[in-house]
Amino acid sequence: MTVESPAELTVRAPERAPAAPPAAEDPAGGAAIVTRGLTKRFRGGQVAVDGLDLTVPAGSVFGFLGPNGSGKTTTIRMLLGLVAPTGGTHELLGLPLARALPAVGAVVEGPAFYPYLSGSANLLRFDAANPAASGRDAARRVGRALERVGLSAAAGKRYRAYSLGMRQRLAIAAALLTPRRLLVLDEPTNGLDPQGTREVRALVKEIAGDGTTVFVSSHLLAEVEQMCTHAGIMSHGRLVAHGTLTELHAGRSARLRVETPDLAHAAGILASLGLADVRAAGEEVTAELGEHAPDRVNAELVRQGVAVRGLAVARPSLEEVFVGLTGEGFDVDG
Amino acid sequence: MSTAEALVLPATRTSVTWRLLRSELALTFRRPRNLVMMAILAAVPIIIGVVIRLVGSEGDAGGMIAQTAGNSLMLTVVSLFVLVPLLMPVAVAVVAGDAIAGEAGTGTLRYLLTAPAGRGRLLAVKYLNAVLFGLALTLTVATAALLTGLVLFPAGDVTLLSGTTISLGEGLLRVLAMVGYVAAGMAALAAVAVALSTFTEVAIGAIAATVVLIIVTQVLRAIPQLDWLAPYLLPTRWTGFDGLLRDPVPMSEIWQSLLAFGAYIVLFCSLAWARFTGKDITS
Ligand SMILES: Nc1ncnc2c1ncn2[C@@H]1O[C@H](COP(=O)(O)OP(=O)(O)OP(=O)(O)O)[C@@H](O)[C@H]1O
Ligand SMILES: [Mg+2]
Repeated sequence: MTVESPAELTVRAPERAPAAPPAAEDPAGGAAIVTRGLTKRFRGGQVAVDGLDLTVPAGSVFGFLGPNGSGKTTTIRMLLGLVAPTGGTHELLGLPLARALPAVGAVVEGPAFYPYLSGSANLLRFDAANPAASGRDAARRVGRALERVGLSAAAGKRYRAYSLGMRQRLAIAAALLTPRRLLVLDEPTNGLDPQGTREVRALVKEIAGDGTTVFVSSHLLAEVEQMCTHAGIMSHGRLVAHGTLTELHAGRSARLRVETPDLAHAAGILASLGLADVRAAGEEVTAELGEHAPDRVNAELVRQGVAVRGLAVARPSLEEVFVGLTGEGFDVDG
Repeated sequence: MSTAEALVLPATRTSVTWRLLRSELALTFRRPRNLVMMAILAAVPIIIGVVIRLVGSEGDAGGMIAQTAGNSLMLTVVSLFVLVPLLMPVAVAVVAGDAIAGEAGTGTLRYLLTAPAGRGRLLAVKYLNAVLFGLALTLTVATAALLTGLVLFPAGDVTLLSGTTISLGEGLLRVLAMVGYVAAGMAALAAVAVALSTFTEVAIGAIAATVVLIIVTQVLRAIPQLDWLAPYLLPTRWTGFDGLLRDPVPMSEIWQSLLAFGAYIVLFCSLAWARFTGKDITS
């Protein structure tokens, strides 16, 4: 028997349990972000975010998913006070926004810097805008932030000459200038090479390990599965699902896949064992596993003389959950 | 976390604003575009001085050119008369019109605001920066003119526009007063440009709108039927610094002009504040 489904590998439990501090100690009741009925109707009538009720537990790594135009960036802009909601309320870290923001690092809709300044001069500029940071140790902070994203060698280079991936890294460095309690990252791995993507993932895990809550929007579902403890899925401005990754997978049972030349025979046995939704196609038979133990099913197949070439249990990937909730179509939400 | 927290030293409110202003000034006074503008404007007095020196003052006996040739301080006055109606306001408009719109255009505005600079603080710092640029520009022009004048023309007692004569020292004081007056006029213009800058994400749009406004008011000023309007227009007030070269100085006129500048500053800073603090940042 071979276990070959990549999906199965990606749904193993997150390595780190959500490290939420006890609710009694936390003024926000254990939540880093709370929104109630958060709504944005742009001038012109476009409803970008529609009655969003979101709770991001402190200490979680929260994946904020949704198709293009589903309202992720607009939500992030409202959370950070860049865009005024037309309805509802929101709170970061249980504090008034002006007091919360110094403890929040953010990447919103990609990097934006002064092209004629070097990387470190750019970071110094944004550090100077943070009222919670003093100028005396700014240079050291900037140096450390650049080091964390692997940009030390390019610190003196003009931003204009940075590659897309270097720009993205600089934006993450800016979000890490001071110790943060919450990181809000809008598609942080956009434009990064595979190494860069892995590094960002490792960085997020490391930051989350320190107890920082991470709220990350992404299109890369496999990545969210590897990084996040929680996720929420947006569609047309509404939150259509949210919870821990395990909760999101629940309700969609795993499928058993049997690779065999004896299609009809195998299908008959699976059906007689009580597996639901048995389908045969090409060289394989699939069925909903339900409560059955795969090893028992395999033993039964072999006992009855079916030539089993491979057998795998495929749990639904986050991608399948996502597509199930937001639809297959290629059209953007608009 | 607690050890990391200790790495960030606490800062006071004023030091926070001062630090942001320093960062802003560094950007403004290191930006090649702004330095080039300052250099070009500083070259104007030198060119005027050299031309007057070479051509002389024939046919202008008793006029301003003759006075310039006769005393080193007068070149400063002539240079300001040439630059204040259009070129200096345009340079100030470039910096002030860029204030908010420029940051919005590059997208850096969203990162300044999430840093969080605070909208009120950022606007105040941006305006103050534009005012200081106007002052630095005026000082640069005046200094270039003074030095050129001292090199090319005789120093000594200064004959005022009203015919009386004052010492060189008092003349220098009056030039200093003129610099303050012109800088106040530029501060009023900066308020207009910063206000326009909060309405767009295209810096060049805010700059062009300010320049168009200057030109339109200059045209309005030239229409005799609109004489009643002239005292309320900035360009009319800008050139009022010549009062400081008369004896006695018409203080009531000077105060009126300063009051007008103040009114523009209050009005347009309020407009900018109302617009900017309520604006959705979608750039
Ligand atoms: N300034 C604006 N004025 C009007 N409509 C807007 C504005 N900004 C965004 N929208 C609309 O709001 C909706 C949500 O946009 P938003 O940028 O939040 O989507 P998103 O989920 O971040 O998409 P993507 O994955 O492509 O980044 C879209 O339909 C968009 O057209
Ligand atoms: Mg987006």
